[in-house]
Amino acid sequence: MAAYIARRIGQALLVIWLAYTLVFLAVQLLPNDPVTIFLSADAAADPATIAAMKAQYGYDQPLIVQYFSQLVGLFTGDFGYSLASGQPVGERIGAVVGSTLVLASSAFVTAVVFAVVLVASATLARKPWLKRVVLNLPPLFAAVPVFWLGLVLLQVLSIKLGIMSLFPDGSFASIAVPVLVLAIHVSAPIAQVLLKSVDNVHAQPFIDVLRAKGASPSWIFFRHTLKNAAAPAMTISGITVGTLLAGSVITETVFARSGLGQVVLQSVTAQDVALVQGLVLLTATAFVVVNLVVDLLYPLLDPRILKSGTHGAPRALVA
Amino acid sequence: MSTINAAPALLDIRGLSITYGHGDEAVVAAENIDLALKPGEIVALVGESGSGKSTLSKAIIGLLPESARILDGSIDLAGGNLLDMAAKELESIRGRRIGMVPQDPGASLDPVKTVGSQISEVFRLHPQGRKRSKAQLRAEVIRLLELVGIDTPEQRIGQYPHELSGGLKQRVLIAIAFALEPALLIADEPTSALDVTVQQTVLEVFTKLARELGTAVIFVTHDLAVATDIADRIVVMQHGRIREDRPVREILRAPEHPYTRMLLTEATASGDESRTADAARGIEVPAIEVAGLGKIFGSGKNERAAVEEVSFAVRPGTTFSLVGESGSGKSTTARMIMRLLEPTAGIVKIHGQDVTHVRGAAKRELWRSLQLVYQNPDSALDPRYSVSRIISEPLENYKVGSKAERRIRVAELLDAVNLPSRMAALGAKELSGGQRQRVAIARALALGAKTLVLDEALSALDVLTQAQILALLEDLQVSQGLSYLFISHDLHVVERISHDVGVMRQGRLVEVGAAAQVLNSPASEYTRLLLDSNPGALLREMATN
Repeated sequence: MAAYIARRIGQALLVIWLAYTLVFLAVQLLPNDPVTIFLSADAAADPATIAAMKAQYGYDQPLIVQYFSQLVGLFTGDFGYSLASGQPVGERIGAVVGSTLVLASSAFVTAVVFAVVLVASATLARKPWLKRVVLNLPPLFAAVPVFWLGLVLLQVLSIKLGIMSLFPDGSFASIAVPVLVLAIHVSAPIAQVLLKSVDNVHAQPFIDVLRAKGASPSWIFFRHTLKNAAAPAMTISGITVGTLLAGSVITETVFARSGLGQVVLQSVTAQDVALVQGLVLLTATAFVVVNLVVDLLYPLLDPRILKSGTHGAPRALVA
Repeated sequence: MSTINAAPALLDIRGLSITYGHGDEAVVAAENIDLALKPGEIVALVGESGSGKSTLSKAIIGLLPESARILDGSIDLAGGNLLDMAAKELESIRGRRIGMVPQDPGASLDPVKTVGSQISEVFRLHPQGRKRSKAQLRAEVIRLLELVGIDTPEQRIGQYPHELSGGLKQRVLIAIAFALEPALLIADEPTSALDVTVQQTVLEVFTKLARELGTAVIFVTHDLAVATDIADRIVVMQHGRIREDRPVREILRAPEHPYTRMLLTEATASGDESRTADAARGIEVPAIEVAGLGKIFGSGKNERAAVEEVSFAVRPGTTFSLVGESGSGKSTTARMIMRLLEPTAGIVKIHGQDVTHVRGAAKRELWRSLQLVYQNPDSALDPRYSVSRIISEPLENYKVGSKAERRIRVAELLDAVNLPSRMAALGAKELSGGQRQRVAIARALALGAKTLVLDEALSALDVLTQAQILALLEDLQVSQGLSYLFISHDLHVVERISHDVGVMRQGRLVEVGAAAQVLNSPASEYTRLLLDSNPGALLREMATN
């Protein structure tokens, strides 16, 4: 077990390092250094100012020094300085990341619950027509764009019905509606994969044995099928982090919430390369961490995963 | 039926008809079935695949697939008609009054739950008015595991199915089936996936429990030998109808229906003695020769020798059978001979040529003369390809002939394996198991291979289809001078087809010699054990009298 965890964590660190290197190289491929790009938004930048700013932010150092000092910074929480505000990038992101995290994680939990409820009702529905209706929901959810659903709900709920404020006011609706908009979109792929996976599990002989024991369909579904079918759905859930972050940016913009969405928008329009660099790394890290968690959860679901590694460990884990 | 007498029936099936599909597409799987079982009676349901025996057994326990429809009839269990019951009522009967032992122990336990929890689940599903504590459940589970002869039950409780062998898994499933001492058990080919020695011990455990607890059993099998070993009565099914239903000894002594006679003849037929004689033709270059062959998997402390010091030769124009239980290394040996796997020691010669280290183009040349026919005809053929495309694929790969010539070759090959030429256009999934195996043989012969490695090539087929394919293999051997390396765990088939036999155990060849000698007077202890475990003692006894 320890070897499995160590290997996965090692892989995660490797991916973050590669992501950092890639971003660093991409910045070097830009026609100019970050400071020149940032200042070129103004009409005519003073060469002396450029040189001073470069020296201040360390962009005058040799590339190899920049690479390693930024890499060290990465592990000590120092992400450099935003060129636009002069604030440390870490602070700038830290100030708003909480709000986005609340939105994204609530949406994620809601999406998973959605997906499970959907799949359970499709599987356990007695009426064939109900089953067909439910089966068609995930493709519909996947097809509806987040911004469109958000705008329509905003239009109906606050402008037509007036039961929700146009701007976040701390009310339940002002949190629940954005969460719902995001969750619906994220739940679609999870539900689709889970459905397929449940079908595969139900085709296996052990399901017949369970029925022969006298287990009801819901007993089989909740006590056996779900655990067997969860792994592929979890893999997809890990991959939805990207959708979740992109969706958060859109949702925040539509619902005028503060959060990463605003920072992303501002940093890109202001050509604040240092800040963009920080945001990209944050996204990559979020991706890696979530997928690391997923990897570490697999053995809890299926004891066979550790079989090739250490023998006997899974028993202690699941007991 | 001749066996209905005074005792009240436990199970009484009347006029049961079942079809699959709708309207014109509907296929009749069971037609007007009448079958009665007394308490404690063990009845074997025998027939080839598609005879309706599985459909009938699934109908009794209410596990028919959704595409099945029951048109008519009744299934009474101790007075109540199961077909009239609501889902909830059926759930309370399943597991408690009717149990099931499934076909494939490997896939019949939930892989992510412990063995103990899957046994105790039966008690949690059917509390029967008694709430059991955790400790009580544990005690029950241990008692059941001991009942089916599993040692160190305390350890087994916490294990997962993948940590158990096939035989142990089937014992666990038997424990589950007997847990609440049901009046009726349905056992659907419960040992067909197990090795012959394991099969015997599992069958012993199963029949002993059924006799002790007075459980009535419907034992579904395609193996007449197994049926005669354990059953009181044999019910023979064909094309969805019951052909014969009589006590074992009567049916063996005087089969009434022609189909039963055919099954019996096939089950007792043995090898033609003259074949062994005329096959010993002087000194010729062996078709396959291996010497000191070895294969080690893994490295360091995980190192495991799958094959060690295996040497034998397949004389040209004869059949050499490699027998042994799963894990004995026979398939690994075959794959090394095919050069699909690198040997770690020893040499392989095909038609006198050392091919141990051939690679690239030379390896491709090897496969012109040496071909493999694999175990499962279902998965060895691409289901989306037509028969003609499957057979001509090797010709295309080796760029043999023009399109028209390939078409002619396909027709020749279909003819050689006794398939009508109109089948060329059919898709692989439209064929029966036997037809698929014929196509697989035709494909193996397409490039003119003179030596075939047949890896459990008949194991997935029922006994009559097996006999037909065996006859085909024998014909091809005579007409085309083919040599076979035949890998099997079925001693009955081996006895019929082989000139020479090699017995493998734990990666080593424990005995090798002429078929008659090895099978009639085995020199090694292990071969004797294998022969003794072979089902059909009663059948052999009746056949020799």
